[in-house]
Amino acid sequence: MSIFVARNPQVAARSLDGEMMIMSGRDSTLFTLNKTATILWQAADGDTPLEDIVRQKICTEYEVDPAAALQDAEMLARDLANHGILRISEQPIARGESK
Amino acid sequence: MPELITEVERLSLIIEIGSIAVRINSTSPDFLHMLEDRYAGYITSAATPEIQFDVELGPPGNADPHADVHVSQRDGHWTLTRGDFRAEWEPAQRRGWIRLRANPYSIDSVLRIVHTLVLAKQGGFLLHAASAIRNGRAFLFAGVSEAGKTTISRLVPPDVTLLTDEISYVRRQDDRYVAFGTPFTGELAKLGENVSAPVAALYLLAKGAENRIEPMTASEAARSLLANVLFFAKDEKLVQAVFDSAFEFVSNVPVSRLTFFPDARVWELIR
Repeated sequence: MSIFVARNPQVAARSLDGEMMIMSGRDSTLFTLNKTATILWQAADGDTPLEDIVRQKICTEYEVDPAAALQDAEMLARDLANHGILRISEQPIARGESK
Repeated sequence: MPELITEVERLSLIIEIGSIAVRINSTSPDFLHMLEDRYAGYITSAATPEIQFDVELGPPGNADPHADVHVSQRDGHWTLTRGDFRAEWEPAQRRGWIRLRANPYSIDSVLRIVHTLVLAKQGGFLLHAASAIRNGRAFLFAGVSEAGKTTISRLVPPDVTLLTDEISYVRRQDDRYVAFGTPFTGELAKLGENVSAPVAALYLLAKGAENRIEPMTASEAARSLLANVLFFAKDEKLVQAVFDSAFEFVSNVPVSRLTFFPDARVWELIR
């Protein structure tokens, strides 16, 4: 089963010096994403399945086993979702619903 | 009716911080006298108040007298609560209401929160930082508790005007940032001078064996600045505004790390 991820538009985000910084509007917590998390965040359009993001964006950047990379990406996505800065669904996430 | 006008004036005062005037109305002359002492140098009769608060003295009626601060907004109506106060404020009406115990700490906290909310919409912020003016330019010294804000404030030479040893007040005016004096004090317990100047630099403080200034990357600067900004509201639009303000600030103001040995020589680096 595919997983879809979407950025929460209600968080503040900026990229500076190659680092993505995100502040939760919910509790003002500041997150700094590492390079892999930044790739995932930027590709999280709600339409592209996570396995495609991993294959197209992460496996082309790093020499990693696709299955292991997908497992890591799922954990990362769930972690970001727990902080309210990403949304996960088993269905594509339409724009405007990614809250 | 001149007597009535006199009476109304006697039962209110205006506290102007950062060029934002707040009128406090109270039926208690003792409370107002306490405010006159607490905010000496920041009381004015000339400014037109942007906000008016009617203050009632007494227990705020909150369930938990030790509760942490909570700031929320609904339909343009702000509610500010802590164990020792409850305030409600409608910016569109420029009016609000506060219920608190008659001590300087409670009203001080309400004013700080209100100023953070006003500043957030204007591209400014309150910052955990000492600040001072030298040669017509303001310097900010940010850091957590024990980083050295009070120490560097104690060491100011005679040609430096101290704006605050604890909470700096930064407003965006046109295309520059201006730091204002504040009555919000730290360990030094000395009110800042009620003056302002354009911000020349922000230093992130650390104590060390020698004095040195080191550059910071823009991302380090933004992260450090955000870690020291005072903000209380769980409001997505204002969080976004403060976040954007921090990035704008570090894009326009030099930010460096200042490691200093606690003696007066550190001020030789600040010019």
